[in-house]
Amino acid sequence: MSVLILLDQADGHIRKSSFEAACYGSKLATQLGVSSEALVIGTVSEDLSSLGQYGINTVHSLSENSLSNADVQVFTKVISELVKNINATVLVLSNNMLGKAIAPSLSVFLKAGLVTGAIDLPETNNGFVVKKNVFGGKAFAEVGINTAIKIITLNPNSFPVTKIDAIASVKPFVATIPTAKVKVVSTKKVEGEVSLSEAEIVVSGGRGLKGPENWGLVTDLAKLLGAATACSRPVSDINWRPHHEHVGQTGLAIAPNLYIAVGISGSIQHLAGVNRSKTIVVINKDPEAPFFKSADYGIVGDAFEIMPKITEAVKKLKNK
Amino acid sequence: MKILVCISKTPDTIAKVTFTANNTKFAEEAVQWIINPYDEWYALVKAIELKEMGVATAVHLITLGNADCDPIIRKALALGGDEAIRINVDSQDSYYVASQIAAVAKEGNYDLVLTGKETIDYNGSAIGGMVAALLEWPFISHATQLVLENNQATLVREIEGGEETDQVQLPIVVSCQKGMAEQRIPNMKGIMGARTKPLTVREPIVADSLTSFIHFDLPAAKAGVKLVSADDPEELVRLLHEEAKVI
Repeated sequence: MSVLILLDQADGHIRKSSFEAACYGSKLATQLGVSSEALVIGTVSEDLSSLGQYGINTVHSLSENSLSNADVQVFTKVISELVKNINATVLVLSNNMLGKAIAPSLSVFLKAGLVTGAIDLPETNNGFVVKKNVFGGKAFAEVGINTAIKIITLNPNSFPVTKIDAIASVKPFVATIPTAKVKVVSTKKVEGEVSLSEAEIVVSGGRGLKGPENWGLVTDLAKLLGAATACSRPVSDINWRPHHEHVGQTGLAIAPNLYIAVGISGSIQHLAGVNRSKTIVVINKDPEAPFFKSADYGIVGDAFEIMPKITEAVKKLKNK
Repeated sequence: MKILVCISKTPDTIAKVTFTANNTKFAEEAVQWIINPYDEWYALVKAIELKEMGVATAVHLITLGNADCDPIIRKALALGGDEAIRINVDSQDSYYVASQIAAVAKEGNYDLVLTGKETIDYNGSAIGGMVAALLEWPFISHATQLVLENNQATLVREIEGGEETDQVQLPIVVSCQKGMAEQRIPNMKGIMGARTKPLTVREPIVADSLTSFIHFDLPAAKAGVKLVSADDPEELVRLLHEEAKVI
């Protein structure tokens, strides 16, 4: 028996969220007393045996790059085949765009109970109970999975990456690949930006910034910190910033180490998407802004004066 | 070309989240119910637009729940759905819900099933993909654009770090998000008309539940904010570096 972890890649590199999934799946395998196995689809630059550092015992390598575009039915067929081959009882995926697209289909195909957006290791002493966020991060739920095979998608930034001194054995996986029904016409990458769901630091702007022309206040600091940029719903609704930057209950829910909110009042819907951030900094000229109640650090004042000073201070710190 | 839109009833986004019965159940008292925003703003409005353009011939709605769902179904009909089906059962398990929807989609000969990308209460993000798998139809997740020509759909969907344009033959299931359509407000004509539109109540088919909600918790309250003077933003950077150790 085993825990199987799907490792997702971007441009030939395994994603940060997949290393988190690898550590999570390996810890779970130890907890269950079974082997930890990973599936890597396509060619990656990492030495696959080095994935042993994350606790993986065996890496199954499917060197088929045409799968990198996600036809859900093709992925489902291929992954299900491996699950059956290695008698996996738990399948772990990252709760990113790929995991969200294919996990429900795998759940049906394998008749395996699915919990999406897990934030901690399952409780396995009495049943199999997974903790996840509900109500957009306003609450947690413990969800029991009642089937022989279980599927978990792990929220990015929810589980620490730790390394051990070990190497994994690597096995080629030759799968029967069905014809894709979905034809990918084109893909467009957002160039040079840090992935918002995986980012350690996020700098976010709201209506208090008065217009898209002032976003330099956010992007300058973000660039310096290697941070992703985000925004509140009103800002994306009026198209000051692209839709994919919207964090909140009806946008993306994130959990970075540091979330810096500039000119965002902190509506209950916005908080729902960011309150799992480890440290929250709020900069707002309104001392009554509700966001201060949920913040760790705050400055009451004019972002137009404060942000350049913060950026300057970070520059000094980085040059030290 | 018939469209089936999946509608879920969720608490309003400003609703206070509390639990009852030893934290095993969401406290529904005094909660304002709305149509799940992703279902309403993107899936439903997109379906209505396709009908207005003459591409779709019928827009049907489906939801699961008891009669408490009827007001949100009437609102969805007021926005422009033609008729609605309510499966008379409460369930939180995605597989059970998807099984009910797939059965209706199959029987009704629909060409396109639209869902929101997730519900804002249990955040499962699973129904669309499961319905597609049960029907053995292609699934396009997190779509921001959809154009139909003859029997072919061209879609733009969000992928990790970018977007992808896909082409696929109907029938398909699509989960919809921001960009797909713009929120609408029902007008008086729509509201009056919705009263007489067909709402069929059906009993569920036999289906399995693969998961169950056991317990709920609220996050611990924050210790309180440490305020830094606006005259000394450098101090904030020092605290983030030395105390919080996050930069």
